[in-house]
Amino acid sequence: MQIFNYKSQMKLRLTKFVVFLAALIPVALLLWKYFHDSLGANPIEFITHSTGDWTLLFLLITLSITPLRRITRQYWLISLRRMLGLFAFFYGTLHFLTYIWLDKFFDLHEVWKDVFKRPFITLGFSAFVLMIPLALTSTAWSIRRLGGKNWHRLHRLVYLTAILGVVHYYWLVKADHRKPVEYAVALTVLILYRLGFWISETRLTPGR
Amino acid sequence: MSTVKPTSIPSSEITPRSTYLNRRNFLTGAALTTAAAATGLVFRDLAQPSHSARANTKIDGIQKSPFSTTEKETPYKDVTTYNNFYEFSTDKEGPAEEAKNFKSRPWTVTIDGDVKKKQELDIDAILKMTAPEERIYRHRCVEGWSIVVPWIGFSLSELVRRADPLPKAKFVEFTSLYDPRQMPGQRTGVLQWPYVEGLRMDEAMHPLALLCFGMYGELLPNQDGAPLRIVVPWKYGFKSAKSIVRIRFTSSQPVNTWQVSSPREYGFYSNVNPNVDHPRWSQATERRLGEFRKRPTLMFNGYDQVASLYTGMDLKKNF
Repeated sequence: MQIFNYKSQMKLRLTKFVVFLAALIPVALLLWKYFHDSLGANPIEFITHSTGDWTLLFLLITLSITPLRRITRQYWLISLRRMLGLFAFFYGTLHFLTYIWLDKFFDLHEVWKDVFKRPFITLGFSAFVLMIPLALTSTAWSIRRLGGKNWHRLHRLVYLTAILGVVHYYWLVKADHRKPVEYAVALTVLILYRLGFWISETRLTPGR
Repeated sequence: MSTVKPTSIPSSEITPRSTYLNRRNFLTGAALTTAAAATGLVFRDLAQPSHSARANTKIDGIQKSPFSTTEKETPYKDVTTYNNFYEFSTDKEGPAEEAKNFKSRPWTVTIDGDVKKKQELDIDAILKMTAPEERIYRHRCVEGWSIVVPWIGFSLSELVRRADPLPKAKFVEFTSLYDPRQMPGQRTGVLQWPYVEGLRMDEAMHPLALLCFGMYGELLPNQDGAPLRIVVPWKYGFKSAKSIVRIRFTSSQPVNTWQVSSPREYGFYSNVNPNVDHPRWSQATERRLGEFRKRPTLMFNGYDQVASLYTGMDLKKNF
């Protein structure tokens, strides 16, 4: 759905700009806290948890764009999805960097050991790796090159990333599973919505 | 259901036309005000340094101990704003907030079980039992971080002697306070309440085991286990029970709360051991709070003098 007139184009650009700035707030807050020595007693742990949390949140936000635009009929929301997805990748990269740098000090041998020995790290690592092709093929050029159908198939990997991310969170928590479960519930709702929509579109619609 | 007659609505209830027409402006104004207020709250949160007021009582007559380490002490601010105290909160910074109004006086500790005579001791009587010592111990959490704390108390063996246990007593069980009104975490099922821990008699009698009521020269802050806790420095931190109300001597091995929660992951002994990993993460290294790089974890947290308690024991099985 294209926007033809100048006023709505500018409104969309402004909206995207505001959302872009808002999506930077979490990392800006982390930087602010770093310079004001308010990251708490275990700063590396705080940064790791915060960036991981925001990765999951942005994944969930990205996955809720389509359900939201259908329910509210605000179809322009789709133009925010790529940016939000890339922010999920951005925070995921920060989270991964915090782990290999501040936790493992680039000891790649130790990182590799972890990936194979610690299931929750196996999942986290896999979830991050899955985001890379998605980030690399996020441009309009890629959609043209791959063709819409293949591009859509590839980008369905985002569901797997989100699932792996949630299980990664659940498996690293000591005893309080409330937050991972909240994320799991939200993700389940989003997936079920898409599944329901897909079923009704492809199976239940006559003549398809 | 009765219908409301038009005449029964007082005229004072009718929205003025101008207000009605301007309702959208009102909503926008309300939304902006809320956003401004929220932003203000965020900045207020950022601007306030997180610390707990050191409004605690100083302890007199503290003696130095040969068991103290010379390592750098963790800053008071960190030890009082980074706590695992699920009775109050599962967040690290939660207990400092939630335990602000916790009442640690009056406080009674029950000594019962396999003892000659059951006792109900007032906390202040316990504090006076013998001269207080400062013991600067390493404290290693099972999660993989560690601190160095100048605890104040006296040898747990002193209390055990005064409890006069019967010969059949083989273990000491510690029970922490159960009070969901004061401890919001106990309204959730994150752990089974009340918190229970235990030691073998010879572990409790070991000179290193500390009955603790203070730190950094003052009485324990609420979030660190006021008014009475134990500190068992060669074991993971969760063994050092906080806010103790009952000490029971028994002939059967106590089932500690973390073992109940996850028997595959937390055992009774829980000696610090870099060779025995937690099922989900390694115990080979730890992060000393305040340090950038991780450091290798030491067997028994560096307290080799306890090794004789476990000769011949398979510490992989008895984790």
